[in-house]
Amino acid sequence: MTRLRGMNKFVGMNKSDEMNKSGRVACPRPSNSGGKPLFLTCSLFSFVIFLICLVASVVVAQVQEEEVRSDDPVIEQRLANLSKELRCLQCQNQTLADSPAGLAADLRREIRVQMKAGKSDQQIIAFLTQRYGDFILYKPRVTFTTYLLWFGPFVLLLGGLYVLFTYIQQRRDQIAEEPLTAEEHRRAQELLASLPGKETL
Amino acid sequence: MLRYLIPLVLFLALAIFLAIGLTRDPHELTSVLINQPAPAFRLPELKAAGKTISNEDMRGKVWLLNVWASWCVACREEHPWLIKYAQSGAVPIYGLNYKDRREDAIAWLEELGDPYTANAVDFDGRTGIDYGVYGAPETYVIDQGGMIRMKHVGPITPDVWSEKILPVVQQLNRQGTSK
Repeated sequence: MTRLRGMNKFVGMNKSDEMNKSGRVACPRPSNSGGKPLFLTCSLFSFVIFLICLVASVVVAQVQEEEVRSDDPVIEQRLANLSKELRCLQCQNQTLADSPAGLAADLRREIRVQMKAGKSDQQIIAFLTQRYGDFILYKPRVTFTTYLLWFGPFVLLLGGLYVLFTYIQQRRDQIAEEPLTAEEHRRAQELLASLPGKETL
Repeated sequence: MLRYLIPLVLFLALAIFLAIGLTRDPHELTSVLINQPAPAFRLPELKAAGKTISNEDMRGKVWLLNVWASWCVACREEHPWLIKYAQSGAVPIYGLNYKDRREDAIAWLEELGDPYTANAVDFDGRTGIDYGVYGAPETYVIDQGGMIRMKHVGPITPDVWSEKILPVVQQLNRQGTSK
C-alpha cells in the first residue's frame, strides 16, 4: 500500500502541468522536462496504463534484485528464451521466466551454471525432465501418451467434417422431391391466392 | 434412435473424464524418479557440525527421506505424526533440511521434537532439484538398494501413512529379507 501511495505522489507531483493552454488535462510527466511542449493528451486509460507499467517495473526490479545474474549477456539471452518454454512447478501456470517463486529462482540459477559450463539447451532440458518430468515443458512432447493430445483435434475435425457431409447429403436427398401433381399444384395456387395483399405466382 | 444415442454416449464419456479430473490434485505430480536410483548427495549434517551424510550411508536398509524446512507450514502439520511413526520403529526417517537456516532448523527441532535419525542440510536447494522437489514437505521411500520406490508430496497424515507409505515399507522389508 505504501508503495502505491508513493507512486501516486510521483505521478501527481507536477500539478501545475496538468492543465495546458487548450484546457485539456495533460499527462503527468517528470518535473525535469521543463518548458518542453506537452505532446500527450491524457485519457484515463493511458493514465492507468502508465500506472500499471510503473508498478510492474518496480515489482519486476524487486524480483530480479534477489537473483545473481550472469555477466554474460549471451547466457542471459539464452536463459530468457529457454525459461519461457519451461513451467514453474510451484506456481504451475507461470513460466520459469515469469515466476517469482523460490524454486524458479533456484532453477534459473542452475540453468545459468549449466550454460556457463557449456551445456546445450537440449542437455539442460534433459537434465530438468529427468528430475521433474515432461510436465516442466510447456510444449508437450510427441510421445505415445500424448498422441491423443496432439492429434485428437484433427481426428475430431475429420469426424465433424464426415458428420457434416453426410448430413448435407441426407438433406439434399430429402429436398430433391418429385414434382407436384396437378391436384397439389391447384391447391397450392389456391392457398397462395387466398393470402391477403399477395399476388399469385 | 442412434442419432440421439451417440451424443448421449459422447456426453457421458466426457462427463466421466471430467469427473475423474475433478478428483485429482493438479499439484500432485507423479515423480519420474520412481524406480530410479536415489540421486547421490553428500551434505553437512544438521546437528553434528563437521560431519557429512550421504545417501550411501543408508544402503542396505529401507529408509524415508523427508524434505522439510522450519519455514514450511505444512511441515509443522505433519511433524507430530512423524515423531509418532519414528518412535514406532517401522522405518528410519532421515531429513533433508531444505533451504533453511541452520539455527532456525535446530531451534525448530528442539521446540517440536526430533523424529529424524539424521538430517542432511541442503542450504541452496541443489539436492532438492536432483530429487525433483517442488514443495516441502515431500517424502521419499528408498529401498535397500538405494532405489526410490515411492514419493509422497504434502504432509504425512495417518491415512497417508497407513495406506501409502507403510505398506510400501513393509513390502520392501519382506522382499529384502526373503532374498
